[in-house]
Amino acid sequence: MRHIISILIENESGALSRVAGLFSARGYNIESLTVAPTEDPSLSRMTILTSGSDEVLEQITKQLNKLIDVVKVVDLSEAAHVERELMLIKVRATGKDREEMKRMADIFRGRIIDVTEATYVIELTGAGAKLDSFIAGIDAGLILETVRTGVCGIGRGDRILKV
Amino acid sequence: MMISGAEIVIRCLQEEKVDCVFGYPGGSVLHIYDALFKQDQVKHILVRHEQAAVHAADAFSRSSQKVGVALVTSGPGVTNTVTGIATAYMDSIPMVVLTGQVPSFYIGQDAFQECDTVGITRPCVKHNFLVKDVKDLALTIKKAFHIAATGRPGPVVVDIPKDITAQMCEFEYPKSIQMRSYNPVVKGHLGQIKKAVQILKEAKRPIIYTGGGVILSDAAQKLTELAHKLNFPVTNTLMGLGGYPATDRQFVGMLGMHGTFEANNAMHYSDVILAIGARFDDRVIGNPEHFGEEKRRVIHIDIDPSSISKRVKVDVPIVGNVNDVLDEILKLMDADFKTDPDVANWWKQIDEWRSRDSLRYTQSEHIMPQFVMEKLYEVTNGEAFVTSDVGQHQMFAAQYYKFDKPRRWINSGGLGTMGVGLPYGMGVLMAHPDAQVACVTGEGSIQMCIQELSTCKQYGFPIKIINLNNGMLGMVRQWQEMFYSKRYSQSYVTSLPDFVKLAEAYGHVGMKIEKPEDVEPALRKAFTEHKNDLVFMDFIIDPGANVFPMVAAGKGLTEMILAEDL
Ligand SMILES: Cc1cc2nc3c(=O)[nH]c(=O)nc-3n(C[C@H](O)[C@H](O)[C@H](O)COP(=O)(O)OP(=O)(O)OC[C@H]3O[C@@H](n4cnc5c(N)ncnc54)[C@H](O)[C@@H]3O)c2cc1C
Ligand SMILES: Cc1ncc(C[n+]2csc(CCOP(=O)(O)OP(=O)(O)O)c2C)c(N)n1
Ligand SMILES: [Mg+2]
Repeated sequence: MRHIISILIENESGALSRVAGLFSARGYNIESLTVAPTEDPSLSRMTILTSGSDEVLEQITKQLNKLIDVVKVVDLSEAAHVERELMLIKVRATGKDREEMKRMADIFRGRIIDVTEATYVIELTGAGAKLDSFIAGIDAGLILETVRTGVCGIGRGDRILKV
Repeated sequence: MMISGAEIVIRCLQEEKVDCVFGYPGGSVLHIYDALFKQDQVKHILVRHEQAAVHAADAFSRSSQKVGVALVTSGPGVTNTVTGIATAYMDSIPMVVLTGQVPSFYIGQDAFQECDTVGITRPCVKHNFLVKDVKDLALTIKKAFHIAATGRPGPVVVDIPKDITAQMCEFEYPKSIQMRSYNPVVKGHLGQIKKAVQILKEAKRPIIYTGGGVILSDAAQKLTELAHKLNFPVTNTLMGLGGYPATDRQFVGMLGMHGTFEANNAMHYSDVILAIGARFDDRVIGNPEHFGEEKRRVIHIDIDPSSISKRVKVDVPIVGNVNDVLDEILKLMDADFKTDPDVANWWKQIDEWRSRDSLRYTQSEHIMPQFVMEKLYEVTNGEAFVTSDVGQHQMFAAQYYKFDKPRRWINSGGLGTMGVGLPYGMGVLMAHPDAQVACVTGEGSIQMCIQELSTCKQYGFPIKIINLNNGMLGMVRQWQEMFYSKRYSQSYVTSLPDFVKLAEAYGHVGMKIEKPEDVEPALRKAFTEHKNDLVFMDFIIDPGANVFPMVAAGKGLTEMILAEDL
């Protein structure tokens, strides 16, 4: 099962390596990991996309909570939440492909944020699956480079992760 | 008043009532050693290898419940401590390791004796810190002691760059500490505790299974009270020995890979397990599928939620400190609390298992290791602190020395580190200067920290080394004999030193004991006439002796190989 784990963690040097080290040492998988400070600069918010059985997920949350720097942990995917990922994708945009790329970007509500004679950089946000389908939807030979942030997510409504 | 970072370190130790530190100096900690020199409240024990400093600090803690402290220099000083830190971590031992680091402005430049201490130790500490500002030093050390000793205990490393030990700063030691990210649970959930008490009432084939958590929480007395009230059988893990009096009728022995026939059967066929501060280790439950074949209800008290339902599904999890939770349970057991009458039949069954006498062994013309342990028990009246190394001798000590009190059995269970025995003895003696200390070891293990004989001379540690010398890496040989068709690959130790001469070379007393009838007199002599000497007793034992019962890897707990089967 796919799970999105949100972590509030002290914004200390080495905090990231503690979390990453925990996952590798215990053989949990990380599909993506994002981290940045919150509105309170002493805290960072980390989002980890992982997968595993219920037992494994129970251990992941317990082990994360055990880390001294971790303030709070929630499994976002346990209840209503929204998730987004940002992708920047550089594609070849020449001849008839130029028009086609623009059209695809529009369909996916992407924005072209850099233009040269031969290339576009397209910015896309959405759930991971949407970004996947954009990639699947264009000619693979035209993709020059992709960069994705990994999932970040937040609970809906009253579900708030705060100290 | 402004004082230096080095002085702050020492003042912090004084504030924490640390009376001894085990360590080894070097460039990065010279300021700290200088500050140490100028006072006499904190004693320093100079070891011969940093690994031993950490083991000794670890045993200081195991035997006394105080936090052990080690102090080492950067680079190789730190890397030498890693085995010791990992050993303490696996057994949840509270400890603070202070490590020197190259000056902060050199960090990252591959400076002389630089290593990434925080990175290297991260996976085997409860937490670690790199101090970046002298203003944070006192608070960081305060946090280190707090984290080490509370919740599920563990080692904490504080890495201190040399320049910070030279900088001047006001000193103020925080009285208390608040961390928003660290608040271990102490009291158990009352609803869960009530459920547990109800289940205990209904149990027909109960077992109380306890581990290191009982020792760490100093709950031996309460456990005994509870067990007596319930009249349930009690088994201990290797780490839990002494948490319940081994000479008590309700004690069925250690369980697990080398547990007794009665303990393993009682655990397997129980209908209710009350697990207390024990973590269902793979050496304890054997094959988990086999273990899961019996239906039973499990109550699990542990301060670390991640120990619960990790390897065995738990029905009633109780997160909390053993001592507090047992208090609550005892309170809920009012005057008319009654257990199920069927427990009497369960006892009949247990006594039947017991009558197999699974620890029976046959004497031979050689000295049997079990016999040495029995005699050691007699000669010391069961009152000694027994430190152990790792191997067959460790299991013999665990099986045949009946520990009635907690913190007397000092060994490495989780990591199984050969070489701990001798430095463990040093740590125990710093905590209990007048205690009888026996270090049960093998000719393989003792050589892993043998250099500490020198430390023992310097400080007059009168450890009695019981070397069960089989000329083999016995535990390895046993597996090879049983599971590798006797292909004894690299398990035979040749070119052993003459241990008697070796002991004498270090200025100690050496004895070689080769005949069964000499065992007891030699032990008596060591513990009386040589009370104040370190005595290296080289017992030449039956090289073929094996540890039984044994649950082979992958087998179920009841599928034991017994000595009588062979
Ligand atoms: C050669 C060899 C053979 C071995 N054979 C055996 C064997 O036959 N049988 C055996 O049992 N072991 C054996 N071991 C040891 C085994 O590897 C484990 O170390 C041991 O079983 C673990 O003991 P434990 O479950 O008591 O856990 P520990 O490692 O002692 O853990 C303690 C538990 O208590 C919890 N705790 C700590 N403090 C508190 C508190 N204040 N309140 C509540 N909970 C707390 C912790 O969170 C943890 O879950 C062997 C080791 C070696 C080296
Ligand atoms: C540092 C370390 N290396 C290797 C092992 C694997 N090992 C476990 S027991 C053992 C043999 C120990 O031999 P000895 O100390 O002579 O004890 P005996 O089993 O003969 O009583 C070995 C090599 C270990 N536990 N620790
Ligand atoms: Mg040996």
